[in-house]
Amino acid sequence: MAKSENLSRRQLLTALLGGQFAHSVGCGRSTLPPAGELSHTRFDLGHLLRDGVEKSVSPDAYKDVGVTIVGGGIAGLAAAWRFKRAGFDDFVLAELEENPGGTARGGRRNGFKFPWGAHYIPVPMPENQALIQLLSEMQVIEGLSEDGRPVVSEQFLCREPEERVFNDGQWYEGLYPSHGASEEDLLQLAAFRAEMDRWAEMRDASGRRMFAIPMELGSDDESVRKLDQMSMEQWLNERGWNSPRLRWLVDYSCRDDYGLPPDRVSAWAGVFYFAARIARAGQESQEVITWPEGNGRVVDYLKDVADDQIQTGLGVFEVKAGTNTELAQVAALDTKTRRPVGYRSEQVVFAAPQMMAKYLIHGFSESGRDSTGFRYGSWLVANVHVKERPENAGFPMAWDNVIRDSRSLGYVTATHQSGVDHGPTVLTWYYPFADVDAVITRKQMLNLKWADWVDVVLTDLRRAHPDIDALVTRVDVMCWGHAMVQPLPGFVWSPEREQASRPLGPIHFAGTDLSGVALLEEAFFHGVRAAEEILAVRGILDQPLVDIRNG
Amino acid sequence: MLAVATCGLIYELIAGTLASYLLGDSVTQFSLVIGVYLSALGVGAWFSQYLHKALGRTFIEVELALALVGGLSAPLLFVSFAFVQWFQLVLFGTVFVIGTLVGLELPLLMRILKEHLDFSDLVSRVLTFDYIGALLASLLFPVLLVPYLGLMRTSLVFGVLNALVGLWGTYLLRPLLTKRGLAGLRGRAFLVVGLLVVGIIKADTLTTWTEEIILGKAVVHAKQTRFQRIVVTNNRQGFQLYLNGHLQFNSVDEYRYHEALVHPAILLAKTPKRVLVLGGGDGLAVREILKHDGVESVTLVDIDPGMTEIATQLPLLRGLNEESLMDEKVTVINTDAFLWVGQEQEPFDAVVIDFPDPGSYSVGKLYTTFFYRRLKQIISPDAVVSIQCTSPLVAGQSYWCILRTMEEAGFKVRPYCTAVPTFGIWGFALASPQNDLVVPEQLGQLEQELSFLNDSILANLFELPRDIQPIETEINQLNNQVLVRYYDEEWRGQE
Ligand SMILES: Cc1cc2nc3c(=O)[nH]c(=O)nc-3n(C[C@H](O)[C@H](O)[C@H](O)COP(=O)(O)OP(=O)(O)OC[C@H]3O[C@@H](n4cnc5c(N)ncnc54)[C@H](O)[C@@H]3O)c2cc1C
Repeated sequence: MAKSENLSRRQLLTALLGGQFAHSVGCGRSTLPPAGELSHTRFDLGHLLRDGVEKSVSPDAYKDVGVTIVGGGIAGLAAAWRFKRAGFDDFVLAELEENPGGTARGGRRNGFKFPWGAHYIPVPMPENQALIQLLSEMQVIEGLSEDGRPVVSEQFLCREPEERVFNDGQWYEGLYPSHGASEEDLLQLAAFRAEMDRWAEMRDASGRRMFAIPMELGSDDESVRKLDQMSMEQWLNERGWNSPRLRWLVDYSCRDDYGLPPDRVSAWAGVFYFAARIARAGQESQEVITWPEGNGRVVDYLKDVADDQIQTGLGVFEVKAGTNTELAQVAALDTKTRRPVGYRSEQVVFAAPQMMAKYLIHGFSESGRDSTGFRYGSWLVANVHVKERPENAGFPMAWDNVIRDSRSLGYVTATHQSGVDHGPTVLTWYYPFADVDAVITRKQMLNLKWADWVDVVLTDLRRAHPDIDALVTRVDVMCWGHAMVQPLPGFVWSPEREQASRPLGPIHFAGTDLSGVALLEEAFFHGVRAAEEILAVRGILDQPLVDIRNG
Repeated sequence: MLAVATCGLIYELIAGTLASYLLGDSVTQFSLVIGVYLSALGVGAWFSQYLHKALGRTFIEVELALALVGGLSAPLLFVSFAFVQWFQLVLFGTVFVIGTLVGLELPLLMRILKEHLDFSDLVSRVLTFDYIGALLASLLFPVLLVPYLGLMRTSLVFGVLNALVGLWGTYLLRPLLTKRGLAGLRGRAFLVVGLLVVGIIKADTLTTWTEEIILGKAVVHAKQTRFQRIVVTNNRQGFQLYLNGHLQFNSVDEYRYHEALVHPAILLAKTPKRVLVLGGGDGLAVREILKHDGVESVTLVDIDPGMTEIATQLPLLRGLNEESLMDEKVTVINTDAFLWVGQEQEPFDAVVIDFPDPGSYSVGKLYTTFFYRRLKQIISPDAVVSIQCTSPLVAGQSYWCILRTMEEAGFKVRPYCTAVPTFGIWGFALASPQNDLVVPEQLGQLEQELSFLNDSILANLFELPRDIQPIETEINQLNNQVLVRYYDEEWRGQE
């Protein structure tokens, strides 16, 4: 039964990109670009700890600090930002990696900036006060319109052309492959849009939107909970929507936002993706805010705010809640010196992924908590440096460039937002491991070398850009293991998820996974929320930015 | 198997590329070509069921026909564009024939395979050959073929490849062919190869010849830069500059355009010491600017070094612009103006914007509120900007969109226009953050140096006729680029 740990090139390309690629095997491996490297996230701190490093911190070696934040992704950074706003700076943030930001990190090289993960934010709606506050501070939002909608400075709104799709050998404008669509296709698309408009327009008994961002501000009405009981695919089936183009649009959207195919995405999440971004029926989806380095811009801003408190290269391996008389204790490994360090604090913000909670938090399972429902998908992101723009058939290069019959999500052009339309650029290529678990094991995946990944990336790009090999100067690859929470059917409205954001003694939780969907807005919301809970406990909460649902 | 069709796919690619090159960069061309091609594939496949006899021979005939039609498709299309009215008919006809032949190819092969099982090995070798060739070719297509060979030769080279496959087929399928038939087939195969090879050798002459016919003039200079294709043509009356096939000026009447573009702004600026030119790499606007003695320095920002090089080196052009770009007051900067305006500059007193029309997104960004706001930061408050903004008569929405966009960015604007015979009625605007834009009544000394303007014409530029009056438009922003859409709609089919 055991699969071989090494895949042939054919198996690899077929597994990741699909059957049609078995053909490309014949013509030899891609010539490798001159440079590049493969990185993995260090989420599995386990390795380091197993290496037999010193794991106990002597009691007098603990440093005292008011609050310890565990994890420096958007959620942890948001908590730090919120503390600073309240004038509270007696805290420390421990981040495992050398740079904070988690899955929202950006990179820079050779004068280019590019994302490594998250790369955009839809313009927030008026109810998302906390995020509006942040973006105003960053001077991304210039002010409010008469009806309270944020006005975003022109250079941060995604520049046209925003999207294009490669279909039948040509690039076309937009994401929906409307070229060659039949009347039935278009009817179904219209019906689908009308349904999303309906959800966007509907309000529950308390006057809340059915789907809002952050999701906490949306409805918890039975009608939306019910959606969570089926997959997005079943939801489409129920409506008889079988247009291949509509199916493709939904499939693409699910893989893009959740890293999952529609048969594994909760219909709640599927509808949320579309409906939560429509302000009013009949309006276009909210425009998107983006930067060359993606959401790395937000990371950099937040990092500067709390620079003095952020400690990187610190892998937390133990969190003890303490008792009435004792303080909470956080023990971490300094990944450079390989020495343990400890912090004793009144409160802890746990902003690392939930899946780690049972390993890191003492007595987590005994407390009756269960985080087994939190599942995470892996992603591959490659930054492909090219010395010239590839040849182009059809519509010109856009920000988001999608290849229709590919399992990848295509690429985002890093220089698009800075207005550089000629010459060298960086293409950030995204690949979610949406449905490959069946064909390739985690072990096989970890065995793959940089050259294997480059082969996958270039084989995919080559069909839209046959000249790509000659243009590539460098390919850097990042393997994000278990990086994105999966809104599997039944999970979003499970008691397990709803319970996970409640504090456990002095430990307050943050992280996008608490929402069941991975979005900067969700991570930011939970970070701010956790910080405000702590500020309230400490009696120094000024003006709350988030409104916490009762119960 | 899929690969048999790939060769056909490449002819279709060539036809699509050619169509959008000749008929404009419109997506519609590609879609139509693909649509016709796909339906022709179906027709071919359907037709194949009526072929029963001499399958081997028919297959080779199809292969040779494909070689001939496909191989000659690019030259045929080029030449017919120059000569025939109903070019589209030729285009779709050719695509249809290619599609039908490709559609026939595969079913025929399958049948040969089925009916003569003993050949399956051979046939699969033919297939493999075709397949590998096609794959290789499709990889090379954009990397080597198009840049080095050009479309014309690429199509011919593929024809030769296809004919060679046919020829090879005559050896492989030998037992299926009669002796007489065999000689005939081989003869024809050689003929096709010969014809195409001659075509390859003569391709350059053919390209220049057709380009000259299309433009109706002799090409005196042609250059493909990283940004655009620059072509200079010549006829009895004068010479012309084309960028990507769009006429930029005609030496016969360009002075009307450039005098109107430059002088009102410079006259209005209180002390026009530092002047900025955006675009205008031909040096003609700078020629006019240098007629004003008060000007101390001119900075010209044009993206394409290839353009400013021609302006300083090509004798025809150097003569016309009076070597303006070599003047010691002039500094030439080759970079994207969009990025350049974001850098800090000592404030300018006057600006002349002479960008190409907003026909693409990468030019459209230079007409946005964002761009104008940045520009505002590098000019003095009473500086005067003049800008060319396409024809208000043909493209009213585009014209008024540009003016409204400048207003939105905090400029006062004044529309004006003039007639340039080569272009028709052309539109411009003056804009300034604070200057009240009241145009002086007298040209004074300057008039002696001009060929078009006098005092009364100068005043007249600002009198808008009844058919050129403001209309409501949206504002052009980076995130909507409405101007590119207006422009595309208004100019489509006009050129
Ligand atoms: C490839 C990809 C693309 C995405 N694109 C988008 C997008 O375009 N828009 C969008 O809104 N969202 C996107 N997302 C999701 C988005 O990144 C997240 O929603 C958000 O940034 C998550 O923030 P977080 O803080 O909750 O979690 P994370 O980013 O996972 O941060 C957790 C942090 O905790 C640290 N950590 C873990 N264990 C320990 C430990 N033991 N000790 C100390 N530190 C530890 C990690 O190193 C990490 O920095 C994307 C995600 C991925 C993977």
